[in-house]
Amino acid sequence: MASIFQGIGAATSISSSASFDTMKLQFSSPRSISGKKANCVVMRSGGAKMDSGSSRNGGRADQLVTNAVAAKADTPAASTASKPGHELLLFEALREGLEEEMERDARVCVMGEDVGHYGGSYKVTRGLAEKYGDLRVLDTPIAENSFTGMGIGAAMTGLRPIIEGMNMGFLLLAFNQISNNCGMLHYTSGGQFKIPVVIRGPGGVGRQLGAEHSQRLESYFQSIPGIQMVACSTPYNAKGLMKAAIRSDNPVILFEHVLLYNLKERIPDEEYVLNLEEAEMVRPGEHVTILTYSRMRYHVMQAAKTLVNKGYDPEVIDIRSLKPFDLYTIGNSIKKTHRVLIVEECMRTGGIGASLTAAITENFHDYLDAPIMCLSSQDVPTPYAGTLEEWTVVQPPQIVAAVEQLCR
Amino acid sequence: MSISSGPKIIRPITLQPCNRSSDNPILSDHRITTFIGSTRTLRLTQSISSSQRRSASTIVAVSDVAKRKSNKNLLLTKEEGLEVYEDMILGRAFEDMCAQMYYRGKMFGFVHLYNGQEAVSSGFIKLLKKEDSVVSTYRDHVHALSKGVPARAVMSELFGKTTGCCRGQGGSMHMFSAEHNVLGGFAFIGEGIPVATGAAFTSKYKREVLKEADCDHVTLAFFGDGTANNGQFFECLNMAALWKLPIVFVVENNLWAIGMSHLRATSDPAIWKKGPAFGMPGVHVDGMDVLKVREVAKDAIGRARRGEGPTLVECETYRFRGHSLADPDELRDPNEKARYAARDPITALKKYLIESKLASEAELKAIEKKVDEVVEDAVEFADESPVPSRSQLLENVFADPRGFGIGPDGRYRCEDPKFTQGTAQV
Repeated sequence: MASIFQGIGAATSISSSASFDTMKLQFSSPRSISGKKANCVVMRSGGAKMDSGSSRNGGRADQLVTNAVAAKADTPAASTASKPGHELLLFEALREGLEEEMERDARVCVMGEDVGHYGGSYKVTRGLAEKYGDLRVLDTPIAENSFTGMGIGAAMTGLRPIIEGMNMGFLLLAFNQISNNCGMLHYTSGGQFKIPVVIRGPGGVGRQLGAEHSQRLESYFQSIPGIQMVACSTPYNAKGLMKAAIRSDNPVILFEHVLLYNLKERIPDEEYVLNLEEAEMVRPGEHVTILTYSRMRYHVMQAAKTLVNKGYDPEVIDIRSLKPFDLYTIGNSIKKTHRVLIVEECMRTGGIGASLTAAITENFHDYLDAPIMCLSSQDVPTPYAGTLEEWTVVQPPQIVAAVEQLCR
Repeated sequence: MSISSGPKIIRPITLQPCNRSSDNPILSDHRITTFIGSTRTLRLTQSISSSQRRSASTIVAVSDVAKRKSNKNLLLTKEEGLEVYEDMILGRAFEDMCAQMYYRGKMFGFVHLYNGQEAVSSGFIKLLKKEDSVVSTYRDHVHALSKGVPARAVMSELFGKTTGCCRGQGGSMHMFSAEHNVLGGFAFIGEGIPVATGAAFTSKYKREVLKEADCDHVTLAFFGDGTANNGQFFECLNMAALWKLPIVFVVENNLWAIGMSHLRATSDPAIWKKGPAFGMPGVHVDGMDVLKVREVAKDAIGRARRGEGPTLVECETYRFRGHSLADPDELRDPNEKARYAARDPITALKKYLIESKLASEAELKAIEKKVDEVVEDAVEFADESPVPSRSQLLENVFADPRGFGIGPDGRYRCEDPKFTQGTAQV
């Protein structure tokens, strides 16, 4: 498929991600909270261990990581074929996770517009209605507020619905239900009812989709008490987060991105579930901590290539959990590098970056050698024209310039 | 007469003289025709979907029904009568006590009382099983009581004590009970209707997907006339009829949404008419008469239980007090209030029970005394209960408290000892 980002031609580097996956695989079981602190530390040092392996570290810098292009890989076909796991696209990974959970628990159901017979507007639910029936994969009328509320009522009475917003922006119509009922009912009922829903959908700036289809709702939802928000960015974490979100008893909003659905990656055959509250170390480094999520991860990694050529060593963390923030991973990184750059697609005002800046300042101020820099989208409605749209979101050259300024 | 062949208007059985005065200043002429109603105005004019054939004239006139049930006493047994009476007395006494307690500074915030509408709650909810669900609005104390939530639990919740049904975290407008399947208690109008639709969806799902063949749980959604103009109402009418969900939509039309008269807010004030527009029966009933409500409720709940789909029931009722305890209630015409006060549902039932020899004056007095004791006991219990401690602050925000995330020290915040003390930084 055509490259998403202008000027990128490089292929997906599979070997590094595969090795990364194996690391993840060992530590990917959900953490217990029964005070086994030693365990937690071991899992955490999954990132640290990679640092101490110097040869691997050197290797990473050169074959920098995943690009956003669903590539034909230019690694030799033979080595691809012999690697464990299977290759798929991000939307297929989401579907795989969804299907595994539906298979595992008959109470898991999907509801949304065009999820059934149409297979989902981004094909995430393709084939599921044929397999599980029209009631389990429910095609709803166009009534976001009401079918979200219906999902919440179903969750309160024992089901585990996944509510799809055809586009995240449509969930603005469901804000009443998401804020008042989804987030609050467990509390206002004194703990009597739980709301194990997953609300998911594609958001973010796409390719000239216009202002209303290019919204980033994470900033609007982040203040709602009682919900968790996660953003997926690779097929691996998409499947893992989908499964984790479905298994969680909390209401979880899973943010997908319109432009990432066709990313290709090799993921393990074995079952794995990721941790909803943890961030992902994408590239360890020494000079600066770059915090990002969703599509901006790929802009950051592209900028990282340039930075490495210029002699910088950025540490890139995909925060994944937008609410709550994984302050442990983030904190450890800051304590090492002392410089923070946040790169996000959210709006400047009141976005995830703004909250993250506040959280970092509060907790790690002493460790900072420079003010936190936050690169966000412009506070403008996303224009239709391609050139204008390009300038509203953060582009790799801006990231390079920001790092250079931070590290002066 | 089949009661499942499409929408029809069931004329209520007249047990007391209907108020047929036409010199009513508030009700314009089309008002009289719909509420008191002659059969000619009850013609359905809505378009009919091809999948639903309606029989030509399914309107049952009063006299027909009266002939079928020659013996009035068959409407309910003595046991049922006393149960309903006790429930209504409990609702009234409880709400009166709430008003007292509010003015004495024991409960706070917005408190919406149900005085005058008891016939709807008792008429419907007393027909339900424990597994059936009830969803209400902010005027929910009596719905919770009718469903079986102990008066102690409700009163404590109103006092904000930790022994309340929601541990003091919900308050007047958020009565929940997992045990009795009361799914709330919602502050915004219309919010509860989708939740009720979801509960009905679960019932259908359990039967058809999880193969629990005997699952016939019904959900009742109670809401007011103001809500009947809200989008969520219409969206849920559509979905419930589309999927034949086992739900009954009960409109408690008390003619006023705070200070907004139903007639000033609604293009077509006949709410029952909106049912057939979506493919379900729309029924209007005198909501000041518990026996009429009960008859209609039996039909509607029966329909839902048999899997025939939803029903919209509009109960014409009235609240004797203001919208809430903060409402000075200056806008409503005193004559209107007097007219409805004369139709007090409790007085009407009492009269019926005595006249049809189902109960004696003494028995009814005994019930009233018992209820008074229950309410006094509830107040005492609530008074003596402890207020929530600080440790309760952070509990119940998440079903899985790991949702508070991982702190800078690497531990989950909920593992922090200060979390249980309620002082942790989350």
